[in-house]
Amino acid sequence: MSAATTATTGRPPVAPGTESTYKIRRRRTKRTAGDWTVLVLTVLLALLVIAPFYLIIINSFKTPADYSTGGPLQLPGEWTLDGIAKFWERVDFPLKLWNSILISGMVSILAVLVSVLSAYAIGIGRVRGRTWIVVLFLLANMLPQEALLYPLYFMFKGVGLYDNVWSVIIIFTVIQSAFGTYLLSSVYGTFPKEVLEAASLDGASRWTILWRVVVPISRPTLSVLLVFFFIWTWNEFLIPLTFLISNDNQTVPVAIATLQGDRLMDVTTTSASALLGVIPTLIFFLIFQRTLARGITAGAVK
Amino acid sequence: MSETRAMIAVEERQRDPRPAKRTRRTEDPLLPKSGKNDAAAFWLYLIPGFVLLSVIIVVPLVWNVYLSFTSYRGIRPPEWIGLDNWIRLFGDEKFWLSFGNSIAMIIAMVVIPTLLGLALAAALFDLVGRKFGGKLASFLRATFYLPQILPIAVAAVVIGWILRADDGALNEMLRAVGLGDLAHNWLGSPDTALLSIMVVMVWVQLGYPVVIFMAALQRVDPELYEAAELDGANWFQRFRAITVSIIRPEIFVVTLTCTIAALKVFGPVYTLTRGGPGNATLVPSYYSFSEFFQTQQVGYGATIATALTIVIGVVAFFFIRAQNRAERAEREG
Repeated sequence: MSAATTATTGRPPVAPGTESTYKIRRRRTKRTAGDWTVLVLTVLLALLVIAPFYLIIINSFKTPADYSTGGPLQLPGEWTLDGIAKFWERVDFPLKLWNSILISGMVSILAVLVSVLSAYAIGIGRVRGRTWIVVLFLLANMLPQEALLYPLYFMFKGVGLYDNVWSVIIIFTVIQSAFGTYLLSSVYGTFPKEVLEAASLDGASRWTILWRVVVPISRPTLSVLLVFFFIWTWNEFLIPLTFLISNDNQTVPVAIATLQGDRLMDVTTTSASALLGVIPTLIFFLIFQRTLARGITAGAVK
Repeated sequence: MSETRAMIAVEERQRDPRPAKRTRRTEDPLLPKSGKNDAAAFWLYLIPGFVLLSVIIVVPLVWNVYLSFTSYRGIRPPEWIGLDNWIRLFGDEKFWLSFGNSIAMIIAMVVIPTLLGLALAAALFDLVGRKFGGKLASFLRATFYLPQILPIAVAAVVIGWILRADDGALNEMLRAVGLGDLAHNWLGSPDTALLSIMVVMVWVQLGYPVVIFMAALQRVDPELYEAAELDGANWFQRFRAITVSIIRPEIFVVTLTCTIAALKVFGPVYTLTRGGPGNATLVPSYYSFSEFFQTQQVGYGATIATALTIVIGVVAFFFIRAQNRAERAEREG
C-alpha cells in the first residue's frame, strides 16, 4: 500500500522557483497512474470490508437447495423469506428486540441522569478531591467485567433479580454513568461562570440552576451520551449472557450468538440470523449518523 | 465500538461550552456561596453515583480479589487457601497460553488496524480526497467504519458464517475456482482457528483508526506539505515527519484504548470456538468465565480475572496519565 504511494510521489526533488510552483499547482488536479493505483487499492479494500454484508444479505433470501446449487455468490434464484421467518419464529425475535430496546433505553436514560448529578457536584460544585473521584469513575468504566462477574452473579441471585432484565439495567447504568461522569465533569468544569452567577443572583437554588440552566445548556452533550449509551448497551455481550439465561429475557446479540452451531441451523438460516443481528444496528447508524459522527471524530465537524 | 469513548471525551472537551473562556482551576465552586453548608450541599449530588459505584463496582471487585485467595466451588462457603491459586496461576501453561493469544488479539486489534488505518487515512485524506473528490473519500471512510457499529458477537456470527466448515461461503468459493484442496475447517482446526478470530477483529476494528486519523489530519496545514515538497521531501518522508508527528496524540489514544479492548475480547471466542479446538483460541476472559460457570472453580476463575484486571489497570494507568497531561497542556496553552 504505502510502497505504491511512495513510488507515485517519490519524484526527484525540484529546485525552488517559478517552474516548480507551477508544477505543484498543476499536479493537484492531474491524476497520475500512481494515484489511480492507490485509488484502486483503497476501493478493493473497501469492497473486501463490505463483502461479508453483501454475502449475508443475498444468502439470507435463499433456500438451502438454492445455496448448494448456485453457490454463495449468485443472487437468489427466487427470493424467499423462509430462512428469516424460520429464525424469527425460532427465537421469538420481536421479544428479543423488545428486551434489547427496554434494557438499552432504560440504561441510557438512567445513566445520563446519574452522570448529570455526579458531574454537577464535581464540575460545578468542585468538591474536594475531585481529580481522584474522576479517576475512580474512569477506572470503574475500564475494568474487565470478568472481575465483577461472579460476585455480581451471587449478589443478584441473593436479591432475586438473577435472570431478570433489571439486573442488567442496573449494572450497565453504573458502568455507563461512570464514563458519563468522567466526561461531563470535564465539560461542566468549563461552564460559563457568568451564567451561573446571574441565575444565582436571581435567587435560583442549586437544584433549580441544575435543571433550568445547566441541563438545557449542555443538552447537545447529553444527547451524544444518550445515543452512545444506548448503542454500547445494545452491543454488550458477557453480562447479558451470564445474567439472562432464560430465552424470554435474552437480548438480540445473545440470542443470535447462542444459537450458532445448533444442528437445526442450516446454512441459510444462519445467514438470516446474522442479517437480523445486523439490521437494528444499521438502522441506528442511519438514524443517528450525525450524532455518531460528532461523537466519534474529534473536531471533525467545525 | 467502546474504544470511541476516549475520542468522545477529547471531542466534547474541545467543543463544549465556550472553550475560549476556560475558567482557571481554583478550589472554589463555580457557583457563588449562598449558605454555610455550602461544601456539604454539593456532596448530596454525588450520593446516587457513589452508592451505585460502591455496590456494583467496588464491593464486587474487592470480593473478587478475596475469592482469588480461596477455594470456592460455588456451593459451600469459600475456604481461605492463601496464595495457592496464585502459585498455580504462575505455573499454569493454559493461563500463559491464553495470554499469548491476547498478544494475537493485540496484533489483530491494535497493530494491524493502526498501521493500515494510518496508510488508509493518509491515502483517503491526502490523495483520494484531493484528486478524486471529498465525497468519494467520505464514502470510503463510511464503508470502512461500517463493521464497527455491529455488536461484536454479531460480527463474529457474520464472519463465522463465511468460514463454516462444510458449506461456508469461503470453502464454496474455493471449490468453485478449482482450489477445493485449500478448503478447510477454518474454525475447527488448531492451525487456523486463532487466525479466523483475528480476521473478525481486524474487520471490526479497521474503521476506527481510519475515522479518528482522518479527523485528526484536518489539523495539518497543507502549506507544511508544500514547503516540505519544495525542500525535496518525498511522500514517505512527509508522511513520517508531518502526518505522524501531528496526529501522534490520536495514535497514542487509539493504541492504548484498543489494547485494553484487545485484552478483554470475549464475544467472538464464545460465539465461534469456545476457546477451542484444544485451547487454540483460549483468552483470559474466556478462561475465567469457564472456570466460574463450567468447571465451577470459582476461586481460580477469580484469580485469572484479578490477574487480567491488574494488566488492564497498568495499561489504563498510562492512558489516564497521558490524558491528564494533554488536558493540562491544553489548559496552559
